[in-house]
Amino acid sequence: MSGRLGRVVVALVAPLLAIAFAVVVTSIILAFTGHPPFEVFSTMIEYGTRPRTVTLTVNSAITYYLSALAVAIGFKMNLFNIGVDGQYRLAAMLAAAVGGAVSLPAPLHVALIVLVAMAVGAFWAGIAGLLRTSRGVSEVISTIMLNFIATGIVAYLLAPDRLAEPIAGSNNIGTAPIPESGRIPGLSLIPGSSNEVYGFIILAAFVGAAYWFTLSRTRFGFDLRATGANQAAAVASGVNVKKMVVTTMLLSGAVAGLVGMPQLLGASYTYSLDFPAGLGFTGIAIALLGRNSPIGIAFAALLWGFLENSAQILDLEGIPKEIVQIMQGVIVLSVVIAYELVRRWQVRRVASNVGKQLGTADESSPATTGASA
Amino acid sequence: MRAVETAQQAPKAVELRNITKRFPGVVANKDINLAVSRGSVHAIVGENGAGKSTLMKTLYGMHRPDEGEIFVDGQKVVMHSPSDAIEHGIGMVHQHFKLADNFTVLENIILGSEPHRGPALDFAAARERIVRIAADYGLEVDPDALVEDLGVGDRQRVEILKVLYRGARTLILDEPTAVLVPQEVDELFEALGGLKAEGLAILFISHKLDEVLSVADEITVIRRGTTVATVDPKEVTAQQLAELMVGSELPSPETRESTVTETPVLALEGVGLTHDGRALLSDIGFTIHAGEVLGIAGVEGNGQAELVETIMGMRQPTAGTIRLGDSEITSWSTRARREAGIGYIPEDRIRHGLLLEAPLWENRILGHQTLPPSAKGLLLDVKAAKADTERIVAEYDVRTPGIDVLAGALSGGNQQKLIVGREMSSKPRLLIAAHPTRGVDVGAQAGIWDLLRDARANGLAVLLISADLDELIGLSDTLHVILRGRLVAQVDPATVTPEQLGSAMTGAGQRGGTAA
Repeated sequence: MSGRLGRVVVALVAPLLAIAFAVVVTSIILAFTGHPPFEVFSTMIEYGTRPRTVTLTVNSAITYYLSALAVAIGFKMNLFNIGVDGQYRLAAMLAAAVGGAVSLPAPLHVALIVLVAMAVGAFWAGIAGLLRTSRGVSEVISTIMLNFIATGIVAYLLAPDRLAEPIAGSNNIGTAPIPESGRIPGLSLIPGSSNEVYGFIILAAFVGAAYWFTLSRTRFGFDLRATGANQAAAVASGVNVKKMVVTTMLLSGAVAGLVGMPQLLGASYTYSLDFPAGLGFTGIAIALLGRNSPIGIAFAALLWGFLENSAQILDLEGIPKEIVQIMQGVIVLSVVIAYELVRRWQVRRVASNVGKQLGTADESSPATTGASA
Repeated sequence: MRAVETAQQAPKAVELRNITKRFPGVVANKDINLAVSRGSVHAIVGENGAGKSTLMKTLYGMHRPDEGEIFVDGQKVVMHSPSDAIEHGIGMVHQHFKLADNFTVLENIILGSEPHRGPALDFAAARERIVRIAADYGLEVDPDALVEDLGVGDRQRVEILKVLYRGARTLILDEPTAVLVPQEVDELFEALGGLKAEGLAILFISHKLDEVLSVADEITVIRRGTTVATVDPKEVTAQQLAELMVGSELPSPETRESTVTETPVLALEGVGLTHDGRALLSDIGFTIHAGEVLGIAGVEGNGQAELVETIMGMRQPTAGTIRLGDSEITSWSTRARREAGIGYIPEDRIRHGLLLEAPLWENRILGHQTLPPSAKGLLLDVKAAKADTERIVAEYDVRTPGIDVLAGALSGGNQQKLIVGREMSSKPRLLIAAHPTRGVDVGAQAGIWDLLRDARANGLAVLLISADLDELIGLSDTLHVILRGRLVAQVDPATVTPEQLGSAMTGAGQRGGTAA
């Protein structure tokens, strides 16, 4: 295996193994509950490949993609931003309120909404960053707590006397609808489909590219990755870890702020009581599955979207669609294990390859003992 | 004494025969032979990285040796985990205590092997047993005190009790005095006397030679992963031990004519560092000029690492000033210091010098993120960094199939050559070299020495920390001795012998220092 090809193969083996394993486990459960697995899967695939479902899948994936990127930024530095969920909900609601309250020319209006969302997300995540650097509070704990606080704030503000108003023809309430100038039109990307892909897909792709560029081509990205890989060495190399923690949380939060945008600017135009929740947690699973790589996350997000949308048919066939959630859970668990196994195998393989190529496969020179102990 | 004599006929408490342990690319232990008698304190000495910890982990069942056999009381045993070791009566007291602060002494001791009566914990039985053990061995401590209220010495006693409570007959003490103040050390040694009298075998790991000489009945020296000698402390001096630890078969690192100039590069004045009330560095002052190598000799753990980290800006001094050239850099960040021209070869390359799971060319960037050729403005210049890595690999003879190989796949010596090449390639004004040739084979060692000499001739100032006395004496223009965080003596490298230096390092004699 040549270096680059080898790496691609290795990168694919683990997720494919995990998915195969998840299919097996799900099949066993299906068979056990009296549903023929093969038929279930073929029904899902048939329904899932219809143009309409494909569009829905892509739309879900756009949102998941942003959420997973937000999580991945933290992961790269061993920071666990569990608070993407609260960050995007708070950000979406405030951005929706601002968007509904002003009228501006189209590009400025959209830009304002997006910027407000990013600022709110960054602010909310930044609290956790500051707590960690100033008081040593684990970001895991603080972001979980901030999720609850965000829920409370959203519930408080989303009331008729405050930021919400009744939505005509329903019992629902939401922020004032964003006028035409603040919306992003959809794109007819999927031929033969009556519905459209969120126009936000372009921005999402841009965020993915920026993520890749920042991490692999900038000094800042190098500092971030170095801190995640070996904090002591990063400190010795001149990285200010406290500053990195805060900056990384701000960036993660800013991207988290975008998570609600495809829905808000492309479909609902208002933050109402039924605005989708829980996307932040999906993002954690997808970042794990996609291994924090912008391409890997895109595939993982599409897979997730596919499973979720193609499962809609199952209820009609009398099969509980929760089977898909079981499958998703198994994928995540087995992918974590598979990655670790593949990683260890690879480290061993590289070490022995280097030994072989240098003709000293069994380094028995006592001169190398300094690396131990 | 009587206990020792009878023990000599009995089977050894623990015996290791030809133990070899390899890690990928590295042999950590090779042909280790060791026999510990009942009723004795057996010390194991060796410098950092000599393989002491690997050996202890083998003995405590934390990993299995690749070759060799372990005998406990004459019986061959195979241990798969620490619980196997405990079953064979081997207990370990770690250097860093593993106690739950918010539990009482009693709770900490029984944690993990709680006696119970039915579903309920039997505290009364536990208390009785602990009090009895404490009285038997003279390890007094209040079972109901909260661990967070205890001092370091008491905590260590709790750790020892914890091991004894599990029925240990052989105790491994890993650097037990590292965290203790002198009075506590005396108390510990007294307690060890009690344990010895009760017929326990004690393995005492340390690199503090004076302590080892005062407490041990036998001393085994480990160097470069293998046992080189077992000696009787009554028949050996600290200098002889130091020589055994460091070895003196190395090629001579002598420098020729002096290149020292009048231009000060690094100047420390009254630098002190206090952490948790312990003074790690006190009143350190010296000046390194362009073209000068200033060596710091000292037994490890006497403040060398803290001194280096203070100069690098990884720790903030609590007193004094540091100047680099004309600028006072006392409060500068590590990055600013590196940008101002300080190169750094860290003592622990794995921990401080490398990203093991990153390719070599990314490791070339590490520490030089903001300097050419790695950076162009705020961006990385990947192409230039790769090209420069190729150059380092060629010039410094780093044995690797390519620059995309992960750093962790290289042997220690090649990792070190990469680091040396990296630090030299940004043309530093000052190089901090902590054990620059540790773990490097003899050929590469000579290469690194040549390099330091050439750079010195070109006006580089070098701060050299080393455990290799020949290296220190041969390369240094000025040589200071550090002991307990103070520079206690300055010796003239042109006239000093390793023996004299060794005794200055242990604080024996020469305290006032000889004329430079």
